Amino acid sequence: MDTKISAEGVNVFYGEAHALKNVSMQFMRNEVTALIGPSGCGKSTFLRCLNRMNDVIPDCRVEGKIMMGDVDINDSRLDVVRLREKVGMVFQKPNPFPKSIYDNVAYGPSIHGLARTQADMDRIVEESLQKAGLLEEVKDRLNQPGTGLSGGQQQRLCIARAIAVSPDVILMDEPCSALDPIATARIEELIEELRKNYTIIIVTHSMQQAARVSQQTAFFHLGDLVEVGKTDDLFVKPQQQKTQDYITGRFG
Amino acid sequence: MAGSNSSFLKGRYSAEKRFKLYGVFAVSLALGAVIFLLFTIFSTGYSAFWRTEFQVEIQFNGDYLGITQESSDQEVREANFLGLFRKNLAEQNNDVPRRELRKLFAMFSESAADDLREMVITNRSILGTTQKLKVLASSSVDMIVKGQAPREIEEKRRVLNDFQLGLLDRWTAEGRRSSSFNHRFFTNGDSRSPELAGLGGAIAGSFWTLMVCLILSFPMGVAAAIYLEEYAPKNRLTEIIEVNINNLAAVPSIIFGLLGLAVILNFFGLPRSTPLVGGIVLSLMTLPTIIIACRASLKAVPPSIREGALAMGASKMQTILHHVLPLAMPGTLTGTIIGLAQALGETAPLLMIGMFAFVVDIPAGPLESATALPVQVYLWAESSERGYVELTAAGIMMILIFMALMNSFAIILRKKFERRW
Repeated sequence: MDTKISAEGVNVFYGEAHALKNVSMQFMRNEVTALIGPSGCGKSTFLRCLNRMNDVIPDCRVEGKIMMGDVDINDSRLDVVRLREKVGMVFQKPNPFPKSIYDNVAYGPSIHGLARTQADMDRIVEESLQKAGLLEEVKDRLNQPGTGLSGGQQQRLCIARAIAVSPDVILMDEPCSALDPIATARIEELIEELRKNYTIIIVTHSMQQAARVSQQTAFFHLGDLVEVGKTDDLFVKPQQQKTQDYITGRFG
Repeated sequence: MAGSNSSFLKGRYSAEKRFKLYGVFAVSLALGAVIFLLFTIFSTGYSAFWRTEFQVEIQFNGDYLGITQESSDQEVREANFLGLFRKNLAEQNNDVPRRELRKLFAMFSESAADDLREMVITNRSILGTTQKLKVLASSSVDMIVKGQAPREIEEKRRVLNDFQLGLLDRWTAEGRRSSSFNHRFFTNGDSRSPELAGLGGAIAGSFWTLMVCLILSFPMGVAAAIYLEEYAPKNRLTEIIEVNINNLAAVPSIIFGLLGLAVILNFFGLPRSTPLVGGIVLSLMTLPTIIIACRASLKAVPPSIREGALAMGASKMQTILHHVLPLAMPGTLTGTIIGLAQALGETAPLLMIGMFAFVVDIPAGPLESATALPVQVYLWAESSERGYVELTAAGIMMILIFMALMNSFAIILRKKFERRW
């Protein structure tokens, strides 16, 4: 088990507001790490540091080192296009492009030039949909708009879209919060399946979900990383009083 | 307590009712004004789509014209068709005294000779034959027939004198009078004779003007909107630019005309009275409309689409070109068409740059002198002859129709591409 991403002393400021305070933690290869905590605790902010999505927010400043292999993700000279090819992301609300299912999945490979021929592209699209567990449901209507799918299907389409460029890491920002329990269960199964090939970091509001899908859990509160540890340990015997309060639902 | 309560309730209900009635009254007033306007225009203008004609027998006498079947087009063009036409008329109406012949001729449009000439140019074999033709009547006859000029007044003030009126009645009784669709209204340019004047030149002029306007303002507007919305830093300078673009949309159009006169005509020396200059000036007016519409549409694209594309590793340009702009296009196009419809109705700036010249020929390109639809209407409205009254109204009808077409196209476009996320 080796380290995939290692964050050291990450601070994030939105203008004057100090949103994330000196966070250091490691993400292991082929593990699912869950980031939990109350709203506004900085977990999504931290997640967005990992593929530099904070760049698009004006006045947002990120300090510290985030090493992936020997590359510093937070280096301003880094080409974010290359980075995001390696670090995919799935959002809270399913956001398929208003294009066909096929085009949704083919978009990443086509802008990164991953498919040399049409046959290559067909294969990538099919494999990605297969891995996302969506192929069976949509194989007869690949030319229909992705926005016509159900919420859960849309989210799996977004996952297929993310894995189509063969990333190393997949970031998921509350991927199930807009879905019903059945669709949620399917996504959770899928996360377990995807773990074999990818490193997954998931932000979630549901502690049950964190307990079900992750191997490592990090608890954030008011911009501080309060506690990080093996999921089994953290939920059974948390080291910090705050963590204890939060996971038992006693948090104010 | 109960009594005062019920009277209070009654007062509230009647206040509510009055309040509603004010609204109904305002809407009916506005609607009534529009209906009255449309009714006036249509009732005055519809008759312009028909013209009075008389049946005349014309003997195409090659000897008189001095041409044969083998004559060249040039020779035909130089032949005296007016003389031929008048000779035929005089022979057929041999009861008309010589001194009254002028009045007889005046009952027909000047175009009669040209029409005969065109017939021979397209078909030489007509020479030597006698044809029953329908010849366009003069505007004065047309006005009397349509009842737009009064008949029952003293001869001096009437558009036709007693002799002409007598002829008209005789021909009507003989069944030689007819009326037909006024195709000249759509194909001819302007003319000094109302019966020959048409909107063809103005339609072509407006078309070229709007084309130039579209080609200039659409790409510039979209580029400016993308820069301001997606790239420009939010600071004092861009705020000032933004406010000024919004102000630009409200600047009186005559000022743009003055600008065109001073800068485009006098400084850059572009040709006066041309659709090119008109289009440039009007593009200054449509530009803010397009920029505002495009920016609003860009802003309306949900951030989730942007984030999705960026997270896939699309560069900013790819995100804009592949995802944001296509979604913003319907709104932008709607704004563009509405801007162009406004430009179509714009008169003042075109007057400033000299697009009110009397132009008979239909402009074949943006570099030829031309008028535009509203300017043509203005020119006709200024003309003193009675025949131009119905033309003015018919011209307004055409502008309204073109505007309605453009606006409905914009609505269809908006409905068709409306997307829900």
